[in-house]
Amino acid sequence: MPLKQAITGAEAVAYAMKQINPDVVAAYPITPQTPVVEYFAKYVADGVVDTEMIPVESEHSAMSAVVGAAASGARAFTATASVGLALMHEVVFIAASLRLPIVMAVANRALSGPINIHCDHSDAMAERDSGWIQLWAENAQEAYDFTVMAYRIAEHKDVRLPVMVNFDGFIISHGVEVVETLDDELIKNFVGKQEKIYPLLDTSNPVTYGSIDMYDYYFEHKRQQVEAMKHVPRVFKEIAEEFAKISGRKYDLVDEYMLDDAEYVMIALGSTAGTIKHTINELRKEGKKVGLLKPWMFRPFSKAEYQRLLTGRKAVVVLDRSASFGAEAPLYQSVKSTIYEVASKPQMGSYVYGLGGRDIAPHHIRQAFEDAFSGNLIVDEERYLGLRE
Amino acid sequence: MPLSAIDLAKQFYDKNPGITPGHRLCPGCAAPTIVKIALMTAIANGYEPVVALATGCLEVSTTIYPYSAWNVPYIHNAFENVSATISGVETAFKAAKKRGEIPADKKLAFFAFGGDGGTYDIGLQSLSGAVERGHKFIYIVYDNEGYMNTGNQRSGSTPTGSDTTTAPVGKKMSGKVQLKKNIVEIMAAHENVYVATVALTDTFDFMKKIEKALAFDGPSFIAAHSACVRFWRVADDQAVETSKLAVETLYWPLYEVERGVYRVTKKIKDPKPVSEYIKSQGRFSAMLKRPDAQEIIDELQQYVTARYERLLALEEATKDKPVRGPWSKKDVQTDEHAM
Ligand SMILES: Cc1ncc(C[n+]2csc(CCOP(=O)(O)OP(=O)(O)O)c2C)c(N)n1
Ligand code: SF4
Ligand SMILES: [Mg+2]
Repeated sequence: MPLKQAITGAEAVAYAMKQINPDVVAAYPITPQTPVVEYFAKYVADGVVDTEMIPVESEHSAMSAVVGAAASGARAFTATASVGLALMHEVVFIAASLRLPIVMAVANRALSGPINIHCDHSDAMAERDSGWIQLWAENAQEAYDFTVMAYRIAEHKDVRLPVMVNFDGFIISHGVEVVETLDDELIKNFVGKQEKIYPLLDTSNPVTYGSIDMYDYYFEHKRQQVEAMKHVPRVFKEIAEEFAKISGRKYDLVDEYMLDDAEYVMIALGSTAGTIKHTINELRKEGKKVGLLKPWMFRPFSKAEYQRLLTGRKAVVVLDRSASFGAEAPLYQSVKSTIYEVASKPQMGSYVYGLGGRDIAPHHIRQAFEDAFSGNLIVDEERYLGLRE
Repeated sequence: MPLSAIDLAKQFYDKNPGITPGHRLCPGCAAPTIVKIALMTAIANGYEPVVALATGCLEVSTTIYPYSAWNVPYIHNAFENVSATISGVETAFKAAKKRGEIPADKKLAFFAFGGDGGTYDIGLQSLSGAVERGHKFIYIVYDNEGYMNTGNQRSGSTPTGSDTTTAPVGKKMSGKVQLKKNIVEIMAAHENVYVATVALTDTFDFMKKIEKALAFDGPSFIAAHSACVRFWRVADDQAVETSKLAVETLYWPLYEVERGVYRVTKKIKDPKPVSEYIKSQGRFSAMLKRPDAQEIIDELQQYVTARYERLLALEEATKDKPVRGPWSKKDVQTDEHAM
C-alpha cells in the first residue's frame, strides 16, 4: 500500500535509497545535503539496510570511492551540493567516461564565492557538460520518484551513464511535504538486480579500467558517450511508463502545465515551478493564456520536445537560477538554440532570479509574464527578478 | 615459513606475475620490479591481487589504450585519489561477500600504487582518509623523488640539492632547498597501520614486509626506493646499485612500524658517507659544482645520521609497546577484515 508521509525532500531521497538498499554509499556532509547522509547513516546503524557506508574525508574522495565501487560491480550512491560538487568536478567527468551507473543526489546550492548556503543552480550547471544525466525535481515527491527511477536509467544497457537527481537546497531538501512512498517490495522489484558489466572483482576475467587514451582512440570514446546520451530520452520514457504503472505518477522529459492553448510559455527548473503554477492559475482567471514547461530532464536536452512544444507560441520566457558570466544563462541558451530551427519563432526573454537563495514570489513571475504580454521582450537582453539595482 | 626466492622462481618462471612485459617504462626503471615483487608475493600466498594506480609514470606506461600490461584487475581513476578509489573497490568486495555474491573464502589483495607526487603531495589527503578508515589494502609508493611522468619536477619527496625543472640549480639557487618530507612517519602516525620501507636490494626483506602487510589486520603503507634512471641520471643498469647505496649510506633506512612498534630491519654498522650516494647520480651534479655543495652534503649527512639514531632509539623505546590494539584478538575483528 502506498504510504503518505510528511517528510522533507532530504528524507524522501534517503528513504528511496533505503528501499533500494545499495551496495555502497560514500558521502561527505555539506549543507543542505547533510540530512540525506544523516538519515542514511542511521539506516545503516540500525541495520535497516545492509549497505556498506564509507564516511570519506572529502567529496573528491566520495566520488572517487563510488567510482571504485561501481567499477567493482556495486550499486553505488553519493550525495552532495555546491562546492562539494565542485570539489568532485574532476571525478564527475571520469565517472561518466568510465560509463559507471552511479546515482548522485544534489541538493542544489549556490557556488562560492562569496560563500552562501542557499539554493541556486550554479552547482549543477557547472557540471552540465560532464556526461551525467540530469533530472530535476520540483518537490519532495519528485525527488523520491526520480531517485527510485535513477538506477534503472543509469544501468540500462543502452545508456550506462551516471544520473544526478537535482532537488533545490532547503526549499525541497528541508521543506516538509506530504510524500507518497511505495511499498518496499514494489520498489525492490522495480529497481531489480543490477546486471554487472565487466566488474573489476571478477578476477578470472581481469579488466583494465581507466587506461590512458590518446589522439588515436579518445575521440571515438567521446563519440560513444555522445551516442549513449542519445538513447536516454527513449529509455527514460520506457522507465517512466513502468513507474507510472506502480505509482500512478507519470513522468516525461518535460512537465507541461496549462500548455495546450498557452500563448505565453514560461520555462523553469526545480521548485520555482510550483510558484509559477500558482501564478499561472491566477493569470488564467484573468483570461491570460499562460502555461509552464518544466524540464524534468535537463541533460540530455531533448531538443525535439522543446521544438514541438514551443513552435507557434507568442512568447517564451525562460527563468534561470544561475548565471553564465559573459554569456546567456544556461537554460535560456539551451532553449534559445532549439528555437532557431522551428518554423514559427516565438518572442523570447531571459530572466535570472533567485541567486544565493533570493526569494522568488508570484509578483516576480507576473512581472515577467507581463513583459511578454506587452511585447516588451528583447531576445538578447538578460533581466533580473527580485534584484536591487 | 617466509617465502624464499626459490619459491617465487618455481611459481613464476613460466607465469605472469600480474604485470606483463611490453610496457613502455624506460629500460632499467625500478618501478615495475617493485610491482612484480609485491604481486608475486601476494599470489604465492594465495591471494588474487586487485590493483589501483595513481596517475604517473607507472600508470601511463602500462595502459596505453588499446594495450594493457596488467593481467590482474586494474583501475586508474585520477592522480590524487588512488586511495579513495581502492576504498570503494575494497568496500564493494565487502558488500558482495556480505550478500553472498562472492564466495566467503575468496582471498583478494588490494594494492594501491602511487608515485611520490601522488602520495606525499596531491594524494596525501585521500591516503590519510583511507588509512584512518581502516580499509584493508596495501599502499605502495614507488618513490622516485620527483614528478617524473611530467618531466622531473620537484615533489615533497625530492631531496635537497637535486636538480629539477621547478627547483633548478641556478646561479643563485642550489636546486631544492628543503629536506625530503618524512612520509613514513606521517603514515606511522595513523597508528592502526603497518608501515615499512623497502628497497630492491633487499628482496627478502621486501617480500617479508609484503607478507606482513597481507596478514596485517588493517591498512599497510610501504615506501619503496625506486630509482628513476632517466631523471636521476644514472645508467639504465644502475637502479639496483643506486638502491644499494641508498641503504648502505642510511639515506634509505630499512625499517617497519607496526601499530607504533618500531623495528629496524637492516642494521648498518659502518654506514658509507651519504656523499657517495649523492655523487653517484647526475641529478646532483649541478649542485655539486656550487661553492656551497659541501655544506649541503654535510647538512644531509647530519640529518641522515640523526634520523637513524632516532630510529634505533624508537626501536628500543617502543619494543612490545603497541600504540593501538587489538589488545586481545577477537574473532569478529579478524573476520571483518579478512581480505
Ligand atoms: C590533478 C592533476 N594535477 C596534475 C596532473 C599532472 N601530472 C600527472 S602525473 C604527475 C606527476 C606524477 O608524479 P609521481 O606521482 O611522483 O609519479 P611519477 O610520474 O614520478 O612516477 C603530474 C604532475 C594530473 N594528472 N592531475
Ligand atoms: S622517467 Fe623515470 S620513473 Fe619514469 S619510466 Fe623512466 S625511469 Fe621510470
Ligand atoms: Mg615520482
